[in-house]
Amino acid sequence: MALPAASAGANPGTAALLSIENISLRFGGLKALSDVSFHVRHGELFSIIGPNGAGKTSMLNCISGRYTPSEGRVVFNGEDVTRLKPNRRAAIGIGRTFQNLALFSHMSVLDNIMVGRHHLLKNNFLTGALYWIGGAQKEELEHRRKVEEVIDFLDIQHVRKASAGTLSYGLRKRVELARAVALEPKLILLDEPMAGMNLEEKEDMARYIVDLNEEWGMTIIMIEHDMGVVMDISHRVMVLDFGRKLVEGEPAEVLADPHVRKAYLGEDDLDEAAPAALTA
Amino acid sequence: MAIDTLRPCGDYRTSYKADQTIFATRLTMLFCVAGVVLACFAPFFFSRYILSLMIQIGYLGIAALGLNILVGFSGQISVGHAVFFGFGGFASAFLANKGVPVPLAIVLAGLWTTAVGLLFGLPAARVKGLYLAIATLAAQFILQDFFVRAEWFTGGTHGAMAAPFTLFGYDLSGDDRYFYVVLFFVVVMYLGAANLMRSRDGRALIAVRDHYLSAEMMGVNLTKYRTMAFGISSFYAGIGGALYAHYVGFMSVEGLDILFSIQFLGMIIIGGLGSIMGSLMGTIFMVLLPEATGWLASALSGSVIDQVLHLKDGLTYMREMLIGLTIILFLIFEPDGLAHRWRLIKAYWKLYPFSY
Ligand SMILES: Nc1ncnc2c1ncn2[C@@H]1O[C@H](COP(=O)(O)OP(=O)(O)OP(=O)(O)O)[C@@H](O)[C@H]1O
Ligand SMILES: [Mg+2]
Repeated sequence: MALPAASAGANPGTAALLSIENISLRFGGLKALSDVSFHVRHGELFSIIGPNGAGKTSMLNCISGRYTPSEGRVVFNGEDVTRLKPNRRAAIGIGRTFQNLALFSHMSVLDNIMVGRHHLLKNNFLTGALYWIGGAQKEELEHRRKVEEVIDFLDIQHVRKASAGTLSYGLRKRVELARAVALEPKLILLDEPMAGMNLEEKEDMARYIVDLNEEWGMTIIMIEHDMGVVMDISHRVMVLDFGRKLVEGEPAEVLADPHVRKAYLGEDDLDEAAPAALTA
Repeated sequence: MAIDTLRPCGDYRTSYKADQTIFATRLTMLFCVAGVVLACFAPFFFSRYILSLMIQIGYLGIAALGLNILVGFSGQISVGHAVFFGFGGFASAFLANKGVPVPLAIVLAGLWTTAVGLLFGLPAARVKGLYLAIATLAAQFILQDFFVRAEWFTGGTHGAMAAPFTLFGYDLSGDDRYFYVVLFFVVVMYLGAANLMRSRDGRALIAVRDHYLSAEMMGVNLTKYRTMAFGISSFYAGIGGALYAHYVGFMSVEGLDILFSIQFLGMIIIGGLGSIMGSLMGTIFMVLLPEATGWLASALSGSVIDQVLHLKDGLTYMREMLIGLTIILFLIFEPDGLAHRWRLIKAYWKLYPFSY
């Protein structure tokens, strides 16, 4: 697939693709995020961790445009996108998956992923209805080819015609990733891509994410509760707690941080959460 | 539904093009093509009565498909579809009376109705659920009132004459000839909708229905597509209404009431929400239902049942009650509609005798 190989893979560049500048987010009296800042570099695999209700999803929502922060700026690729509408962000290169299943459940897997090509397709209701005449058929077939590449990459060939609502949980998560990848985003936001999966599914998913990052050159922000995976595959990790940033750094630094030990991991769990424990 | 993926063995697809066909299987395609070809011979075999029923199914089926695009595919609601059907009829009659050739008038009436539909759709597409239902209810009453008052356009309470359908000087207005006009429009409009649903904007409509938050993340402009659904739906209603007007030769405000709108909803519920062929099946059902009650009543005339129920006087009420009852029964026992039942039957025969 012709993807912008921003900086091929494991060695992220130094320039920031995304800058979060002093973001605060309020819901009435509740402060979901307070003055959070961080940068994500081109080609980086950046993870956000933190206990339930820490504000991780809220952070992703600010980046994807679902929420508009009360204060602060979101700068993507040098452009201030704080107030850009969510549906305009696919075109500038931001894709995401959701914490809760968010597929179009009555559509086939294929069509779900084709919706990911929406902003790249040009045919409209008129040329679409005429299909054979206005070039829509040709365009649809070209994009079908691209979609098949994504389907091959995520090993979901066998379910491409099934309607999405009938799939198992793990497969749905994978189709959702496929749909986000089909957008050809520069930055992909993954909200708990492995939640509710068994060990084998988790390992598969981790490998897809690493491949996306290393081979497809995508910059990734991932929220994940499984500390083993996070520490294993991330370049850098940020810890949120009660809407505040606790620490940010390489996995080893984060693990060594006393605040993290106390606030998030709880001293006793530390051995279990050690990097090598879970994934290969 | 796993049945959607059932394909007869031997039906391998070797190119994406072969795999993107409009019909799910070759058998389905054969069915549809054979249906259209057979229909072409209908005027030679069927009585005028049956032809008139088929014509009725045609123009109502086009309008019902429009409502299904709005309700079934884009997940909105409208309880005012009948007035857009009516607007198309009045607009086409009006244009034809101003000297526009009837075939062109029908198409222009469709576009005119689209404009009106968008006018009501623009605010309506910004609200959801109950509020949307009420907004479309407002459209129903506003336009119904407009039809009565705008004498220049509709002839007021007297109604308007609609010129007969002629094409290049040929008169195509009798049942046996007008049948082909309606058949042509049915084929074109149904193919158009099927194509739409397998291309970009149709998928976006369904995406907005199924999960609007992720549709938005995929770059789909929610308001644009919700409004577009109103536009397309009105276009279909307008074309259906225009075909009706030139069939009957006369267009009046009578009958364009909310009951008629609800009958349209009944058609797509019975046929299957979000199913293109279901729209036609539901229309067939809804057109034949009152006919069947009529047959039943005349068969029973003079019998004890007739004497108790006074079938002759009560027939109109019975029909309305029966329509209501059918909708409720379908909602309870067959919420996916006739189209789904049809798929189940096909799957059953494909797997027969190993259905379990
Ligand atoms: N739309 C909203 N309205 C009101 N409060 C909200 C809204 N969205 C999030 N919150 C609140 O903001 C806080 C942060 O929520 P968020 O979903 O970001 O947490 P999270 O870190 O993703 O948690 P989890 O690990 O459970 O997914 C919570 O207290 C939540 O109740
Ligand atoms: Mg969350």
